[in-house]
Amino acid sequence: MLKRLKPGWGILPVAVFLAIWEMVARLHLFPGQLFFPPFSAVVLEFYHLAASGVLGDNFLASLVRVVIGFCAGSIAGIAMGTVMGWRENINKALHPIISLFYPIPALGWLPLLMLWIGINEMLPIAIIFICSFFPVLYNTVTGIRNVDKDYIQVARTLGASEARILTTVVMPLALPNIFTGLRLEAGMAWRVIIAAEMVAIPTGIGALLMKAESLIRIDIIIVCLIVLAVMCLTFEKFFQYMEARLTAKWR
Amino acid sequence: MPSIELRNVSKYVCHDVNLKILNEELLVLLGPNGAGKTTLVNIIAGLTDYDGAVLFDSVPVDKLPANKRGAGYLFQDLVLFPHLDVAANIAYGLTAQKQPQDQTEARVDQLLHMMKIKHLSSRYPKHLSGGEKQRVALARALAPSPRVLLLDEPLSSLDVPTAKYLRTELKQLQQKLGITTVYVTHDLQEAEEMADRIAVLQNGHLEQVGKPEEVFFYPKNEKVSDFIGAPNILDCDYCRSLGKGVMEVGCGGLPIVVPHDGNSVQRITFFPHDIHISETKPPGPEVNRFKGTITSITSTDEAVRIELKVGAKNLIAGMPHHIFEDMNLAVGKEVFLILKLRRIRVYENRDTPMTNYNSG
Repeated sequence: MLKRLKPGWGILPVAVFLAIWEMVARLHLFPGQLFFPPFSAVVLEFYHLAASGVLGDNFLASLVRVVIGFCAGSIAGIAMGTVMGWRENINKALHPIISLFYPIPALGWLPLLMLWIGINEMLPIAIIFICSFFPVLYNTVTGIRNVDKDYIQVARTLGASEARILTTVVMPLALPNIFTGLRLEAGMAWRVIIAAEMVAIPTGIGALLMKAESLIRIDIIIVCLIVLAVMCLTFEKFFQYMEARLTAKWR
Repeated sequence: MPSIELRNVSKYVCHDVNLKILNEELLVLLGPNGAGKTTLVNIIAGLTDYDGAVLFDSVPVDKLPANKRGAGYLFQDLVLFPHLDVAANIAYGLTAQKQPQDQTEARVDQLLHMMKIKHLSSRYPKHLSGGEKQRVALARALAPSPRVLLLDEPLSSLDVPTAKYLRTELKQLQQKLGITTVYVTHDLQEAEEMADRIAVLQNGHLEQVGKPEEVFFYPKNEKVSDFIGAPNILDCDYCRSLGKGVMEVGCGGLPIVVPHDGNSVQRITFFPHDIHISETKPPGPEVNRFKGTITSITSTDEAVRIELKVGAKNLIAGMPHHIFEDMNLAVGKEVFLILKLRRIRVYENRDTPMTNYNSG
């Protein structure tokens, strides 16, 4: 766990970094200053982009895709992972197949999905779905299977049905593992959506990045990267917070 | 509360086990590690499949899964649910069996009181001591009013004083509730203190079932006597009444005072751990106090066994490792010993066990 520092201490190194950046750019310490705007120019461009609605529209497009794809992928992953973790023979049947699909990077599916689905809103959502489904599935299966069998046995002697044992003992005890999967994939989903939008889809932060590149607008590129960094971090922190809320009392 | 009967039960090491546990009885399943004690208890609880038949009150329960058998089970590691607080842990069985909310609350409250853990009700298991966890786990097992209670070495993880204290409490509670109980242990002293009857299990075979004194003083075969260890058995040369329920008997020149009121005493017996050894002369009256010389010291898993020459007699004493380590004992050393008066068993006849234990 991260040690909780006072908020000011986290900002200080960032502030120093931005100050150096500003100075280096303004003093033209790098050759080809056109390709390296100072931080203040980036902030100004951020304001322009936000005010004109360009940033908002593209950001929203990406956000919707990530949220829908990630939620669908996670829910499917948790559901299937629970079944596989709970029922040994289902796990035995599906594990070899899952093991084959798991190593394929999410973006590797892109060419195939472009042909199958076509270039529309479903494409990025499908990519995000795949990107979240397998890791969440894996972590859920591990979490469920790692629950000490004694807890299940003792619940049985107390008269609990199998369904009740699953929902009141096994799933709560698997939560830490499930959340590890969710936390990692929440950040990963943003990394993947950008790549997908850069390659195939004309809207979203990734598409904006590519347009900026073709117009050599380095300030816009940097604005997009900052938005991305903040979103990855926010999503991961959200799940870290949820995990602590749900499990800190007893862990 | 029902009796429990096992008929030709087999699983893993356990082979054709036949055992009847009487109504309201506390039967201790005694045996070394790996003898199949936990397996037998799991079979009774329905937590494992097996060959043979298990009957509760003469009704076969083999078709009933664990959650329908109504066996309260206290696991060796207690396995409290870490994500539930104490009250929710105790309530688990009641909620699982769909008891109404108000009845559940009342029952949980009752158990919190009975086990004296009311103040812990909203704590999580990670904030409980070993003894507290023990009480919570027992309360949880008792909450759904089980038909039988199964205790698998429930005190083995506790320190000695806590375990001793809880042992007494557990026995009292079992008698108060009159619940048919199987208590698993490998500890002889624990078995002797707790048991109505003892079943000695070795390598999956029941070697002997009987009252503690039968098992300890009349082991049926060598396997049992090897495991139990030899108690001190002394034949008496004379006896005379001292009045007030005590008699003096002479055993090989040692005058020993025993708790007995009746005819002549022919034989006395006592366990190794009923001899108290000290390095300095203990204070108090000169009753059952002797001087002896240590002739051998052997260490077993359970205790340290000390052989003593007292007058013309050889006695065997035993003490826990932690007490032995605090003392400075060696072969050849002269020590003082006290025979604990109330722990001496008395026999009027050299062949059959009798009196003062059976009645108690």
